[in-house]
Amino acid sequence: MPLMLWLIPALPLLGAIINLLVGRRLPRALSSWLAVAFMAAAFGVAVSAVANLVALPPEERVLRETLYEWIGVGVGANSFSVNVAFWLDPLSAVMILVVTGVGTLIHMYAVGYMEHEKDYARFFFAMNLFAFAMLMLVLADNYLLMFLGWEGVGVCSYLLIGFWYDRDNLAVGTDEKFLSPRSSATKAFVVNRIGDFGFTLGIILMFWTFGSLSFAEVFPKAEEMFQIGAPVITVMTLLLFLGATGKSAQIPLFIWLPDAMAGPTPVSALIHAATMVTAGVYMVARSHVLYSLAPTTLTVVAIIGVLTAFIAATIALVQNDLKRVLAYSTVSQLGYMFFALGVGAFGAGIFHLMTHAFFKALLFLGAGAVMHAMNDMIDMRRLGGLRKVMPITFWTFLIGAFALSGFPLFSGFFSKDEILTAGFTSGNIVLWVVGVLTALLTAFYTVRAVILTFGGKPRWKEGEVVHAQDEHAAHGHGERGLHPHEASPVMTIPLMVLALGALFAGYVGLPSVLGANLFGQFLEPVFREPAVEISPTLEWTLIGISTAAALIGIFIALRFYLGDRETPQRLTRYYPWLYRLWSNKYWVDQIYDYVIARPGRWLANAFWTDVDGKIINGAADGLGRAFRNVGQALRSLQDGYARGYALAMLIGIVVVIAIVIMRP
Amino acid sequence: MLTVNHFTILSAVLFSIGALTVLIRRNPLIIFMGIELMLNAVNLAFVAFSHFLDDMSGQVFVFIVLTVAAAEVAVGLALVVAIFRARENVDVDEIDMLKG
Repeated sequence: MPLMLWLIPALPLLGAIINLLVGRRLPRALSSWLAVAFMAAAFGVAVSAVANLVALPPEERVLRETLYEWIGVGVGANSFSVNVAFWLDPLSAVMILVVTGVGTLIHMYAVGYMEHEKDYARFFFAMNLFAFAMLMLVLADNYLLMFLGWEGVGVCSYLLIGFWYDRDNLAVGTDEKFLSPRSSATKAFVVNRIGDFGFTLGIILMFWTFGSLSFAEVFPKAEEMFQIGAPVITVMTLLLFLGATGKSAQIPLFIWLPDAMAGPTPVSALIHAATMVTAGVYMVARSHVLYSLAPTTLTVVAIIGVLTAFIAATIALVQNDLKRVLAYSTVSQLGYMFFALGVGAFGAGIFHLMTHAFFKALLFLGAGAVMHAMNDMIDMRRLGGLRKVMPITFWTFLIGAFALSGFPLFSGFFSKDEILTAGFTSGNIVLWVVGVLTALLTAFYTVRAVILTFGGKPRWKEGEVVHAQDEHAAHGHGERGLHPHEASPVMTIPLMVLALGALFAGYVGLPSVLGANLFGQFLEPVFREPAVEISPTLEWTLIGISTAAALIGIFIALRFYLGDRETPQRLTRYYPWLYRLWSNKYWVDQIYDYVIARPGRWLANAFWTDVDGKIINGAADGLGRAFRNVGQALRSLQDGYARGYALAMLIGIVVVIAIVIMRP
Repeated sequence: MLTVNHFTILSAVLFSIGALTVLIRRNPLIIFMGIELMLNAVNLAFVAFSHFLDDMSGQVFVFIVLTVAAAEVAVGLALVVAIFRARENVDVDEIDMLKG
């Protein structure tokens, strides 16, 4: 059977085109299930392609397919060409399985979640288009095609965050003020643009250095031409990493992700948790050859990763909005992935990417089910007691929460432990300590979210009317009273499948004392990482420490939120500055506003009013005015008396004749 | 003995009188007379040069000028009649609509 890699992105693209052209005329069910069907078909093709890949001996596991030449310049030694070509190796295999697999489940869930929306065709169009762009990103065999997918997912993210473009505030039943979907979408786009700027410069520098952008040419050339620590490679990788910090929401560009929660919840699950935000991680892992040549960059990556993980975790501690807790935890977990990449444990980073895709998609979809049940109210201060009303959501959410906390034997435990072990053995003890501390915080805020949402007594009443700040906000619910209920099967089935993933996905990458790291072995031909030999005692100790961190975090959360409810409030009173620091998100938004946005706006205003308005426009206007004034002055000569004209003619003729006669 | 200078001076005087008539008078009929005077001053110069240079082309010019002058008067008088019908007045100082 010939390779059909191109089908994998083409199928969602076809779905997007159909929904774009005729989606509005199709019945709702057909339009939405069509999108699911195309995703499922892409998943099927992806599975068969990966099966073909696995059939090869490990060393030869690269499948390539060229569709056509996209850009071709020059001949011979100086030629440069970029092809629309696909590259499937174990790394992209993991990515396409996650994107199409988790993507299919989220599409299916969205059928139920979006059933009251009038613009279902626009939604599924953008979702399918996103899948297309993401698959192009991970299957591309060169940086330029990857960049095409990279920008494509950015556009789809923008379209979907701003899906409810006609609403100003999505908050329901609370007075909290969030950015409107419009502004959130713009913010995401603009912040990402800064990262993309770095990515673009990185690609240009790569072309300049190697004369090629394809993986197959750049990586061998880089190893051949440069020693470890070559400045060109360091600059190149730093620029690429700037791109990654934008897309994957790392310091300093993480601020867009929490606001991206203004999009519909399936969007948050698919794009802003499971797949798109991992694009940066994928890109750095894909460029591991370059990064391995730049130890300085790797250190920067590791430090940024750990810092982001820690800072985002502290912010997540004090959020009241369930989706925002999850958003900050996503930022934090992405930080872990970059930490892993930064200490050279590329396999561990991708492993965490994979497990995280399962449990974070699960958590977001669970939060979406809660919103669906509670007329879109998502403020945890007004939830509680939902475990009895929606048991399936509760149990699956709990599994996801345990996986996120790193509770032993859940998927997140294995991947996080592998990252922390790699961090420890790499010798960055300080970073490792911060990582462990973050694990403790993660367990704390996750369990806090579970208890506040599902545990305890309800802080709402049956039939109570919750008021949306924005009249349109309660999508499809109107002013009906609260009547929480379990979600329909089309939403709970994806939850259960993802819960299985969150439970068992970790078992493919066991630590060496417990079994074989199949996942690491699968990726080994890509990364060629030397296996780090560590003694069983040390490994057991490290496992014990991560377990302890998770358990302590969970224990504190249980004490705080199930036992003595006064403690959190007392802590807030004792350390008000800490609470303010975290609940205001370290004032990063405000700092950026004052340092970048306002001077930028001021400068733009100055250019607009002074440079453009006064100088350029003034010159054009002034020229026109000058001609008009001259004309005004001259029109008085044209007085309408024929005799005046005759006199002028006479004088003119006399002068001309005089000149002719007087001429020597 | 009449020389060519006598004729050209007479022609210039007639031309100047005609030009002044055009510039000064307000009655369009008088202005037409001025124009005729200027044209015929030129005709006089043509005929004089033709005679003294012994060249017939000067006289041919005169015939053309006479024809054009006749046509011009016909058109001009028609305009004057049209203006009079429209405005009940043909004073050229009153006709100043053609201005910027």
